[in-house]
Amino acid sequence: MELVKLLLRNTLRHKLRSLLTVFGVGVAVMAFALLQTVVTAWYAGVEASSANRLITRHAVSFVFTLPLAYRERIAQVPGVNRVTFASWFSGVYIDKNQFFARLAIDTDTFFDVYPEFLVDKEEFDAFKRERNATIIGIEIAERYNLRIGDLMLLEGDVYPGQWEFVVRGIYRPRDQTTDPSTMLFHYKYLDERVRQEMPHRAGEIGWYVVRINEPNESARISQDVDNLFANSRAETKTETERAFQQSFLSAASAVITAMNIMSFVIIGIILLVVANTMVMSARERTHEFAVLKALGFSGKQIFFLISGDSLILSFFGSALGLLVTFPAVQGFQTALPKGWFPVFYIKPETVAIGCAAGILVGMLAAIIPLRRVLTTRIVEGLRYVG
Amino acid sequence: MGMPPLIRVQELFKSYQRDSLEIPVLRNINLEIGAGEFVAFMGPSGSGKTTLLNLIAGIDKPSAGSIVIDSTDLTDLNESEMALWRSRNIGFIFQFYNLIPVLTALENVELPLILTPLSKRERRHHAEIALSVVGLAERMHHYPRQLSGGQEQRVAIARAIATDPAILVADEPTGDLDKVSAEEVLDLMDRLNRELNKTILMVTHDPRAAARARSVRHLEKGELV
Repeated sequence: MELVKLLLRNTLRHKLRSLLTVFGVGVAVMAFALLQTVVTAWYAGVEASSANRLITRHAVSFVFTLPLAYRERIAQVPGVNRVTFASWFSGVYIDKNQFFARLAIDTDTFFDVYPEFLVDKEEFDAFKRERNATIIGIEIAERYNLRIGDLMLLEGDVYPGQWEFVVRGIYRPRDQTTDPSTMLFHYKYLDERVRQEMPHRAGEIGWYVVRINEPNESARISQDVDNLFANSRAETKTETERAFQQSFLSAASAVITAMNIMSFVIIGIILLVVANTMVMSARERTHEFAVLKALGFSGKQIFFLISGDSLILSFFGSALGLLVTFPAVQGFQTALPKGWFPVFYIKPETVAIGCAAGILVGMLAAIIPLRRVLTTRIVEGLRYVG
Repeated sequence: MGMPPLIRVQELFKSYQRDSLEIPVLRNINLEIGAGEFVAFMGPSGSGKTTLLNLIAGIDKPSAGSIVIDSTDLTDLNESEMALWRSRNIGFIFQFYNLIPVLTALENVELPLILTPLSKRERRHHAEIALSVVGLAERMHHYPRQLSGGQEQRVAIARAIATDPAILVADEPTGDLDKVSAEEVLDLMDRLNRELNKTILMVTHDPRAAARARSVRHLEKGELV
């Protein structure tokens, strides 16, 4: 008989109570991890930002376009390494609930500036040769079972009319934070048709992406770029890619903050669940602890028995919670309309915080019963009637 | 020159604080008990006999006076020293047995042996011997709920003797038992005293139990009479 055996037997003494506590901790950890994952998903764009990329957009709003002619002038700014651009196409594929980003891009430069979009060379060459070719993310390909050579028909809204694309490439994201569900196609294909059908919108692009040599020069370069077009008909606003992505989140910042707070409130709830169990358990065993102390068991050994009990419950609860989190996150993502969160994954930090929270809660929950048991005199404990 | 007493209690006082009131429980107790004695303490409820037993067993601290057991003055020991001393010198027999319900009889008896440097195998062997001494070798894998009151008390006695302490303290050991079981437990204590030379201090209300002791001390209102 070892002390560990006594610890385990005590933990299993009230199986239903222990099971419910483990289950309660598990649900709370899962809720914590799920909320944190949603917060992570909101910040996916920010996380994917590169420190050496700047975004130049219209100074008034992102929805206004910029002249394509700005590209050469931006490229002349000292410190600028490469300039590419993109236009938001929008449109409807199959139905309007099927959301994914659709961008008209400069095929010569876009993939240089965004090396995180990985495309096979053969597919890329085929894409470049064909004007209405498209490269789609692996997630789009899987979602719609699209293969190389398949046609994609889009109903334009920002650019009205029927648009036909041929899938010539499927890119894979280099990192977990890279959006795997973007559709990329030739700007020239868009611009040629716009010139015919909407000539007043020809030669306009959505935003420039500026790759710079030194990230610590971003402020100076941004200022230089914006100075180039000051007092023009289309003034620019240049900022880091991170700041640009964060500006999209500002509207939802209250919701994100609330989710963040809620996730940590849940940790507090776990603490209460385990602490309640531990207080009940220790109170019931007041007499036994007094007997153990009378037999000569030291404070350290009593500490081991009480905190061990608490840690076991919180550990198994956390493990259960984290285990359930993976299918829960999967289910949550499936339940959402497609494309809401193109990047949706459980960060290792979330798992680590979940584990750490479980252990911390286990230790904290043991404090009250420990203090009570250790400060109760043996004779009082022996007289205790629960 | 005779052997020095195993237990020497001198000018012992004990009082409890209840709010602003100081309630005296023991007053000026002087007592000597030799090794191998079997002493019963009797007296009405509230006379302080259990308190005296607790003080001698080292689970309570006196307000004044000294308790010297085998040349160790208990009042000099701190909490952890006292715990170690108890584990080596005292075996406890309680009125309500106080076995751990989630452990078998064997495991309950093995419990105090965890505090010794014995190996796992040695601990088990010692526990089996102790259970044999109390006649419960056949029931070693039973849980307390599967035993009768008398058997539970015998397991508790086995636990008390497992570490081979010099002193056994028994607080109303037959108080919760029927007549037959009480006799069995008293027989066993008698054997432990006679055959293994254990010093036994027993608190009891029962004159038949007290009659099994070699000597009886009476307490009244916190004083030995």
